[in-house]
This record gives sequence, C-alpha cells and structure tokens, in this order.
Amino acid sequence: MAAWIERQKNVLDFTLSSLLRRKGKNLALLAVYTLLVFLMASVMLATSAIRKEAAAVLREAPEMVVQRTIAGRQNPIPLAYLDQIRDIAGVISADARHWGYYYDPVVGANYTLLVPREDVPEPGTVTIGPGVSSARLALAGDTLEFKAASGEILELVVAGVLDGDSELVAADLVLVAAEDLRTIFGPADGLATDLVVRVANPRELSTIAEKIAGRLPDTRIILREEMLRTYDAVFSWRGGILALLLFGVVLAFVIISWDKASGLSQEERREIGILKAVGWETSDVILMKFWEGAVVSLSAFLLGFVLAYVHVFFFSARLFAPVLKGWAVLYPQFRLVPFIDASQITALFFLTVVPYAVATIIPSWRASVTDPDAVMKGIR
Amino acid sequence: MIALDKARKVFGQGKPNEFTALYETSLTIEADRLTVIRGPSGSGKTTLLSLIGCMTRPTSGRIHVLGREITSLPERFLTEIRRKTFGFIFQQFNLIPGLTALENVILPAYPTGERRSSLEKRAAGLFDLFDLASKARSRVEWLSGGEAQRVTIARALINDPAVVIADEPTAHLDSKLSREFMETMGRLKTQGRTVLIASHDPLVTDHPAVERVFHIRDGRIDGARP
Repeated sequence: MAAWIERQKNVLDFTLSSLLRRKGKNLALLAVYTLLVFLMASVMLATSAIRKEAAAVLREAPEMVVQRTIAGRQNPIPLAYLDQIRDIAGVISADARHWGYYYDPVVGANYTLLVPREDVPEPGTVTIGPGVSSARLALAGDTLEFKAASGEILELVVAGVLDGDSELVAADLVLVAAEDLRTIFGPADGLATDLVVRVANPRELSTIAEKIAGRLPDTRIILREEMLRTYDAVFSWRGGILALLLFGVVLAFVIISWDKASGLSQEERREIGILKAVGWETSDVILMKFWEGAVVSLSAFLLGFVLAYVHVFFFSARLFAPVLKGWAVLYPQFRLVPFIDASQITALFFLTVVPYAVATIIPSWRASVTDPDAVMKGIR
Repeated sequence: MIALDKARKVFGQGKPNEFTALYETSLTIEADRLTVIRGPSGSGKTTLLSLIGCMTRPTSGRIHVLGREITSLPERFLTEIRRKTFGFIFQQFNLIPGLTALENVILPAYPTGERRSSLEKRAAGLFDLFDLASKARSRVEWLSGGEAQRVTIARALINDPAVVIADEPTAHLDSKLSREFMETMGRLKTQGRTVLIASHDPLVTDHPAVERVFHIRDGRIDGARP
C-alpha cells in the first residue's frame, strides 16, 4: 500500500512538473475550461436561486383567485359575487382586490397599480417598488404624475419605497389608495379586479373551486399551486434556453480538447517514448495522463464554480440577469440567497469534467501503447 | 546470461513496406563481460539491442534473459524485467528537457514506488561517482555534451541493473569524451555488470576493456572476436 501511494506521488510529481514545463499552453486551456464551468455554473446557480426566491415570495400569495372572464378575457368582477362565495362551506374569507396595469410613457415601462389590503396609502400618496423608484429617480417626498381616465394629470406624492426583500415580484409595484385607483382607471362602482379566497382545509381547494365555478359560470379560478408551477416553468425555460446556448460552448470545448489530446505534440510523444524506454509501463503513462487531466479539470471546475458563486450571489448574476429575470423594462435588483443543489453540482461535474477526461485519455492511451524501441531508433 | 535462439525481426510484416531488420540470429552474451556489436549503419545493431533489452518482441525465435524465456511474457512483466535488469544509454541522450539532471536520473525509478528521498540519496551517490554533484539541480539543456552523457549513464544505473546497454554512445562525443566513456564502461564491468555496446566507432570496438565483438551486417551476424 505504501509503495502504491509512493508510486502515485511520484507520478503526480512528474505530472505537475510536466504541466509547469508547458505553462503557456496549459494556462490557456485552464482559462478556457474555467470560463466554460463559470458560464454553466452561473446559469445553474442563478436559475435555481431565482426559482427558489419566486416560490418563497409566492408562498404568501392567496390560495385561490377568482376572475371574471368575458369572451375569454379578464374583466372586472361584481362585488356581489363575494357573498355567493362566502356561502360555500369551507371558505374562511373572500375579499376583493383592486389593481391594474399602468403604462408610463416617461420610462416606457408598465407598472402594476394595486390597492393593498393592509397599510393602504393615504389618498394622494403612493408607495412604490424599487424598480419604479430607480426608473423615475423618485424617493419619498417626490411627486409622480399619472394620467387619469378623464385625461387630467393626477399628482401623487411618494410616501415610501418597498424594501428589496420582495423585489422579484414587487419591482414594478405602485401601491395606491382605492379612490386614486378609480381616478386613474375610471370609476367602476360595484366592481373589483378579482377576488381572493382563503379556505380552511387546503385539501378541499379543488372541491371549493368546482363549487365556485358551478355557481358563477362566468369566472375562472386560479390556484396558488398553478401559479407556482407557472413561475417554475418560466424560470426553468429561461435557464433551459441559456443552457441550450451554452451547449454549443461545451461542444466547442470538447472539440478543442479532443484536438489538443489527439494531436499530442511531438515533444509529448517523444517524452512518452523516453518514459517507456526507461522502464515505465503503459499503465504508468496512462496514470500520468489521468493525473494531468484530473489536475486541469478539477482546478478548472473548482475555480469556475467559485467564480460563478461569487458572480451569482455577490454580483446578482449581472451577466445573465436580463435573460434570467427580466420580464419588464424594470428589472428587479436584488441579491439572491445562496442556494446550492448537490444534484446540480453533480450534473455540472459530469457535463464538464467527464467529456474532457474521455477526450484526453483515449488518445494518450493510443500514444502510450507504442513500442519503446521507437526511442532506440531515434524516431521523434 | 542472455541467449538468442534463431531470433528474427520483421517490420511491417505482410505490408508492401515489409522489411527484415534481423534474420535468424543465435548468440550468447556472457555475464560480467563487456561485449560489443559492431556493424555499419542500418546493419541491424539497434534492432538486436532492442530485442535483447525487452523493448520489442522478435517476430520468431526465442530470447532467454537470466535463464528465463521472455518472448511470451505479457507487456507488464516484460517492462518489469526491462526496468530491473537493464539500464539504457541512448545514441540521442533522450533526456527530458525542462527537468533537472537529478529528476531525469530518478525518472526510471518513479513507477517502483520507492520513496523520493531514498531515490535522491541513491542518485546523489551516482552524481558523486560521475563528478556531477554540482550539476544535479541544473536543467539538462544547460549541460555540455559530456555532462549530458554522464547523466544518461547515471540514469541507466539508478535501478542498479545487471546489464547496461548502450547504443552508439560515442556518436555525439569527441575522442577524449569517447575514451572517458569507455573507461567508465570498463569500471562498470569490473564492478560485476554485463555491458553491451552497439557501435562502429574504433575507439569503442578496439578498446582494451572489450572482451568480445560480434560483427553484424545486413541483419546477420557474420563473425565474432575472439
């Protein structure tokens, strides 16, 4: 066993000195390899962290939303529906929500205007999301103009800015008083945008949804689980698109490494010949090449992963942010909560390290099975 | 010690470029003697050394080393015999550039699993023997021809082999260095090693330490002295 360890140490020692002797070539390879791992790991870490973030935020969302549809489009829903829903056994509460989308031509972005159930702003004031705040350079005390349904300009004073914790879904939010919302969107007496329903037993959700749909045939019911699934799918899709683009990069890398390995330089071939001539076995040469691949690929993997971690969790994945989290002009600015999934690391490892190992070990084996007498004959 | 029994070597057998480098050859290399294989370029000297040194297998015939028939052994065992029994000195020095003289010398012993400290100690003894102690940490490309040659001899001896094989060792040396090389080979013989040299250089073939000379031409042994 001691001899086995010494043999590994000796061969590894020679491998490291070989790598250092071809410093330029190996550093270039390490840089490309690290970049590849960095890109792949950034996408993986950012996608999963955003999905986690979105899921955490939406967990606070209502269990059920009831909307009225006419000709397949959402329409204001009569407040009278509330009583019909409250009558259903198992329903704890049913409340109206007033909200809508407002296009701001100044920054070319859509805001979500909402009358909150708690902490409703005083009439004439608004509380804005961080995205709106940075787009309009507006802080507490500043005034924002809104075009009312009547065509007049409504000036609202910013009472505060929402904190960054909920920024993923709150970046474009503007919280207003009910009367201000009516002024901006037009009077809609006896109507709400949609209704939120809470139930006593989550297992009865679908039964209650069926009952509501039966009583109110012009409504559609959206369950929280469905929203979570939709968000999950949206972010997985975004991550998938990026991963697909990166697949091309992986392929290019495999081709480069294959080319590098299969075209072992004359110097390397001669070296293998000398090693065999002085008493190294084919397995010793393959062991050396294995260590060479392991040192390069593991260094690149660790370096790339650490850089990706810093990029995603300390610099909010700046390189990919527009693709991964932007669904509006106002991109949410927030710091992702570090989250590492062991299965993802394993997948990344197999996507990056294994192709390199395969691409390098086979040609090395082919070079190492040559007869050592080639060196005796001076073949170089 | 080493016996060839009708050993023959054909390269590219069955192909248009088929070439017989060595015809059926039988000879015996005796232990603890300095033997030279003499012949012009392309006569088959190097092929003969490769067969004796377990670097390649004969196309037909048998080879016995230390009483053991080696032609049918798998590569692993053949390598082990090569590593333990033979030390090689090549025509091109075949040192690995970028490594120090010391690293080149201990390289053949890496796969044996011996501790590096003990390898370095053994190498230091050889460096002293060949008056190279001051060059141990120098990279081999900085060494003179004579120093490089002595490093290759030290490398050949690191595994303490019973047989030293040298292929055209004086091809890149001047007369003075060639004589020094032969003195060294003579000393190795008196220390109880078998030395086998392939050369057509009279400074080698006619050296007083040489005890037996085989003449080879066109892949055939055509004479021996004495």
